[in-house]
Amino acid sequence: MSTFLLLCLNFFKTGLFAVGGGLATLPFINDMSNAHPDWFSKADIANMVAISESTPGPIGINMATYIGYHMYGIPGAVCVSLSLVLPAFLIMLALTGILHQYAEHPVVKSIFTALRPAAVGLVAAAGFSVLLIALFPGFEGSTVFDFPQLSGLFSWKALAFFAVVAVCVQLPKLKDLHPIVYIAAAAVVGIVFQF
Amino acid sequence: MEKNKLKLALDLYVSFFKVGLLTFGGGYAMLPMLERECLDKHGWTTRQEMLDIFALAQCIPGIIAANVAVYIGKKQAGVLGALCAVLGVITPSIVLISLLTALLLNFADLPVVRHALAGIRVAVTALIFASVYKMAKGALKDVWTVLITVVSFLLVALFGTSPVAIVLAAALIGFLFFGGLKSRKEGDA
Repeated sequence: MSTFLLLCLNFFKTGLFAVGGGLATLPFINDMSNAHPDWFSKADIANMVAISESTPGPIGINMATYIGYHMYGIPGAVCVSLSLVLPAFLIMLALTGILHQYAEHPVVKSIFTALRPAAVGLVAAAGFSVLLIALFPGFEGSTVFDFPQLSGLFSWKALAFFAVVAVCVQLPKLKDLHPIVYIAAAAVVGIVFQF
Repeated sequence: MEKNKLKLALDLYVSFFKVGLLTFGGGYAMLPMLERECLDKHGWTTRQEMLDIFALAQCIPGIIAANVAVYIGKKQAGVLGALCAVLGVITPSIVLISLLTALLLNFADLPVVRHALAGIRVAVTALIFASVYKMAKGALKDVWTVLITVVSFLLVALFGTSPVAIVLAAALIGFLFFGGLKSRKEGDA
């Protein structure tokens, strides 16, 4: 199968299994880079999240467009984004008329009671994977068992800056700031401190 | 009749294009903009129905914004309406992200851009964990849901387990075990 079709198929699968909105698609995209390291790197994923958080529009669509454009230009951007929304489009149309009964059904509710915490764990694991490459610049492994690759790369500067931002986003006044403010500030910090 | 439907489909495209263009982050962040377009301007839905649609859209996998668009579009103008609404909400993303990515790819090799991106990577990680924290507040209710989160995290972070496998396993666990818990709690109340 051509890589283009395989990429679209992967995003179709993402649209079918990503639950919870926002960054819910991130773990699936991260998994794609583990399975196909030649498609895009972990650093690309970090850039993807940064651009997606600083641009209007649903984050999931933004991330899909980023990957699609990164790999295949405009046709990639269009087809990958469409592949991502296609499953939900079909499901919503298929369930028309019984959508409310479906959403209120006790079985559906109990399934989602278990799916939401799983989604939290998935996004946390994807965040952890991005953290590894932020703290160990150049790291390209997919799990912590790829640790031998980490040697000598650790960046104290990055860890200190991570701690500062992690605290800031929980502070009463600072936490309501738009992510774009943090991203712009981080660009300046990166340039000034030569990250 | 046909002409009206086309006009309505076009209105749906334009309204959802604006929603996509003017909301950052998707999900509930798009509620104010949706209300302005779908309620105040076109009267396609009511405030209560809008909240119901949001709750419903979260019980369908995929992008919440797109699910809401499909629902409202379908209700107003059938399959064509659903298609126009969902295309409307994703068009701004496709255009803006393509432009920005093209720009980034062109300048990514400049030292100043490399340093900026390395700094941004660190901040983005902190932002990801901030949204994990927000998600966790809504999803973690008891020791069992916490356990699901921890186990999924460990399986993926340590062993690179596929997220699809985790989702299927969690759905099965919910189906088998959470039904009983839930109905018991509702019975108490």
